[in-house]
Order: sequence, then structure tokens, then C-alpha cells
Amino acid sequence: MPITGEYLGMRLEISDLDAENQAYFAHCAAHDFRLQACTACSLLRYPPTTACPWCANPGAQWTSVQGRGTVYSYGEVHQAIQPAFKTRLPYHVLLVELDTQKGKPSEHEALRVVGNLVEPDGTLASPERVRAVGIGTRVRMVFVDVAEGLALPQWTVDEEAEQPAKPWRYVQE
Amino acid sequence: MNAGTDIALPKSLRDQFAVAGVGETAYVRGSGKTTRAMATTAIRNAIADAGLTPADVDGMLSYSQGDSTFSNIVAGDLGIRLNYYTDIFGGGSSVEALVGMATGVIAAGMCKTVVIFRSMNGYSQMRMGASGVMAAQPIAGDLLHSRPYGWLSAAQTFSFAFMRHMHEFGTRPEQVAAVKVAHSQHASNNPKAYYKQRVTVDDVLASRFVCKPLHLLDCCVETDNATAIVVTSAERARDCRHPRVLIRGVVGRCCKPRSDNYYQHGPITTVAGRYGREILWPNAGVSPEEVDVTGSYDAFTFTTLLQLEDYGFCKKGEGGHYVSDGTIRLGGRRPNNTSGGHLCEGYTHGISMVVENVRQLRHDADDSCPIGPDGRRQHTYDYREGGCRQVKNAQISANLGWATPGVGSAMVMRRD
Repeated sequence: MPITGEYLGMRLEISDLDAENQAYFAHCAAHDFRLQACTACSLLRYPPTTACPWCANPGAQWTSVQGRGTVYSYGEVHQAIQPAFKTRLPYHVLLVELDTQKGKPSEHEALRVVGNLVEPDGTLASPERVRAVGIGTRVRMVFVDVAEGLALPQWTVDEEAEQPAKPWRYVQE
Repeated sequence: MNAGTDIALPKSLRDQFAVAGVGETAYVRGSGKTTRAMATTAIRNAIADAGLTPADVDGMLSYSQGDSTFSNIVAGDLGIRLNYYTDIFGGGSSVEALVGMATGVIAAGMCKTVVIFRSMNGYSQMRMGASGVMAAQPIAGDLLHSRPYGWLSAAQTFSFAFMRHMHEFGTRPEQVAAVKVAHSQHASNNPKAYYKQRVTVDDVLASRFVCKPLHLLDCCVETDNATAIVVTSAERARDCRHPRVLIRGVVGRCCKPRSDNYYQHGPITTVAGRYGREILWPNAGVSPEEVDVTGSYDAFTFTTLLQLEDYGFCKKGEGGHYVSDGTIRLGGRRPNNTSGGHLCEGYTHGISMVVENVRQLRHDADDSCPIGPDGRRQHTYDYREGGCRQVKNAQISANLGWATPGVGSAMVMRRD
């Protein structure tokens, strides 16, 4: 069965042909962040693919991964496209490097996971919090439930982690 | 030409093909015409510019984002019987890739002369910012990992690379803004340009944010227009109307690893040009230093900068200095996008930047300089507002096309 849900006025659909996304989002719905680990070379990959980007082996094992990492880059959106985001400006889209598999298989590679900056309850972060987060901020994953078999992974500031004295922010401010 | 750059690579097609004709419609908002009608006009103009007739054309290539007419349809409006055509999906980086295909199919004897076109109502029908029709579609498949996060337009999805460049290399907003300033100065000398007004660094920095680090004036214009070029053999181009502009080398949609998700591989400040340059310069037999005028794709100020770095016009990380020290302005060592590019002239997904460089290499930039008794423009090389935009004695050009940080194309042309 296709999985459908509504999130911030957007209709999300996972086709029943789309085995990889069905599995990925089902794990998210169980609040368990799992990525495919290649059965040949063991490397994890994100987002889901149908074979290993490094060795092309199609076999994979869904493996639990700790949802913690560091903001590697970000875009701070001031002009929204989807209507629901227009009342929530500015909002952050974060590119987070997971602690897991950082620097592998080569120096400049890592599992870089996209998500918004959200409050601990999963709602989009307040403007004050947006202004406090930049490259270097430590974040942890939270899940936003959308439908049965579908939750979105998001990022919130990791209150327990040691934070940089001042995360790097865009210079014209 | 530096013969020492010549190494053992597939270069047998070097100088064997030419861009013989260029044509376009006006760059406007609200064309009031279909993409079919605009394509017909642009192609007719390009064929006439070459000094050919529709009967001389037997090949056609186009690119679109599902927002345009097709080759076999347009051919019917021009009285052309095609021996070869293909319409591909794509935006930026398509035109150079299609020039490569055109030379290949001509070399293979499949046809003799190819028109390449892009026709789009990029303002009045399908806008590229992923808004309108595109935003109304349900989100499925690969897009489940981007659109639910309000991460869908080019400005939004490329911002990771742009922001990281500032973080890693200390690139300043005022350096990046210099790209817009230069292109606006060029556009002020281009009667066709949609935005002809010169702007300052302060104007760019004072414009509202779209997606940090991009201000409104860091982003290109959206317009309605069709643009076309004619590619044929160098031999056949001898009989055409203009001095020959020969194709030295082409890179078509060269990719970074993980072109599916550019942000997964390597430093995300490295773009496809890092790989493309290894094909481009050896095949063209020239080095960046020998290039007189560049056409580095300017969907955003940053895209120009990142490509100029990775194709080797300056050292990695020094793009901010390169684009702001006067080099890329008319009168500088190596002007970029002398038409005003996508930031100012109009939006064509790259083909208008090829049109401009063809005119530069013909020494026939269509500025406001007077036309002499021989019918040729008398260039003054006075680059003040409303004046000349011809690069003095331009011999070699480089076009650098951009699709995403992970996918790019390039082409070197030279004056015969």
C-alpha cells in the first residue's frame, strides 16, 4: 500500500514500489534512525539508494545509527516557497555531519543529513534559536510523526553536548 | 596557441566544427507567445545569421524542463526535414553538452548542420524557483528527503556550498556582489538586456535576503525568450556569413562523484569543474591563461565564482578576490558574461552565454557603437555606461555551464 500523509500543508507519498523509502520512513516512524549498510563493503549511506554508491553492491542491511552530529553548512531561508513556511520565516535548513562514519571512506566524506532546525518538540525553530545556530553547532535528531509508517527526521540543538563558544554564522550580521 | 598543452587525448575533432549562426528573441517578461512560436523565430534568426537557409539544416537538438516545444514540431514551422533530432531534459549545462553531441553526430555522418535551441516562458509560464505548478505536486521518491524541509529551489539547495565557501575561505559578501556589479555594467552596454541599470556592491548587500547567503540581487532574472545556435563542420562554415568561430573542445555534463546528492561527496565547495577541467584544457589545447573572455554561468553570483576557481582561472579559495579585483569586468584582463548574463540580460539556461561569446569572437558584439560604411560596427572600447562591450581583439573564449554544484559543462571556442 502506498503511504500518504500531510505535513505543513504538503502532501507526502511513498509509492509501494519504493521499497527503500518505505523502509527508511517506517524506521523513522518507530523513532529509530536506520541507514543502509552495504553487505559487501559495510559503508553506510544516506539518503536511501538502491545500491552502494562506492562498490555498487545492491545488498544492504538497515542499521541503527546514532542521530548526533555537527552542523556542516546551512541555508537560512527568508523567502519561502511552500505556503506553510511563509509564516515561519526565517527557517534553517541544516546539513549535519553525523559522528558516525565521519571522514570515511575518504577524508572529505561523511554522512551528511538534511533537516530543519526545530524545537525539541519538532516544531520549526523560533527566530531567536535560528540566529544562535551555525556551522559547528552540535545537534541531535528528533522525529516528527506524519502518518503511520511515516515520520520525518529533524534536528534540534543538543543541550547535553559541548557547544562551540560561537558557531560560525554568515558574516553580514 | 600553446602546442605544448597538446597531449594524447581524443582531440581529433578540435577545430573541425564551428558555431556558424546565432539568434534569439527579445528578453522579456510576458512574451505573449508560445514556446513554439518563439523557437521558430529564434531559429530563423540563427539560420539567417549564418547565411544559410532552412534547407541547409538537417539536425536539431533542444533542452527543456518539460516546459517547451520539441524539435520535430518546430521543424514543421520552418520547412526543415530532419535527418536527426533529440530533445533532452535539462537546464544549465545542457548547451555545451548538446554542442558535443552535435559535433559527434555530424562526424558520424548522421546529419550535416544542427540547430540547438532553448525556448522558455521562464517568467510567464514555468518559473524555475520550484514554485507554482511544481510546488503543487505531491512529494514522493527522492524528493521526500528535500522538499518537506522547505529545501527545493536552486537558491535553497545550492546554499550549502555557497555558505561553506565563505566559512572555509573567508569569502566576503562584497566580493561575491562584485559579480553582479560587473555583469550589470556589461548589461548597461547591451541594448537587449532585461536589466540595464548599473548597480553597486551596496545595492546588492542592501537587497533583501532570499536564502542566506543569497540576496535578491545575487540571483538571476527570470524572463521569456528563445535562443538558438547553428553548429556545422568547419569546412561548411567557410561559406557562411561571418568569420569562423571554431570549437576547440567540449565537456558535457561532467559530474562529481555522487551527482545524485552533491553534498555527500568531498568538500562541498568543490564543483564539477574540478573534474571538467581535466578534459577541457587538454582537449582544447589551451590553458586558462590564454582565454580572453569567459562565460561562467551566473544563475547566482556564487556559481560564477565557484566555476572560475575550479576550472583553474585562480587558485581554489581565491575566487572572491578574482571576481572583485577588476579581472572580470570589461576592460579587465578576462571579462565574464559581457552580455550581462543571467543576472541581467535574461534567463536561457546558458545558451545566451554561448551566443555572446560567438559575437565576441566575431568582434561583433551588438552594443550601441556606430555601424560604419562597411556595415561593420565601429567599436570604441569605451566601456562607460551605454557604450561599447566588445572585448578588444578577443581570440579565445571559455563557456562554463552549471546545472548543480555536482554537474557542469564547458566549451572553448576560438576565432579562426
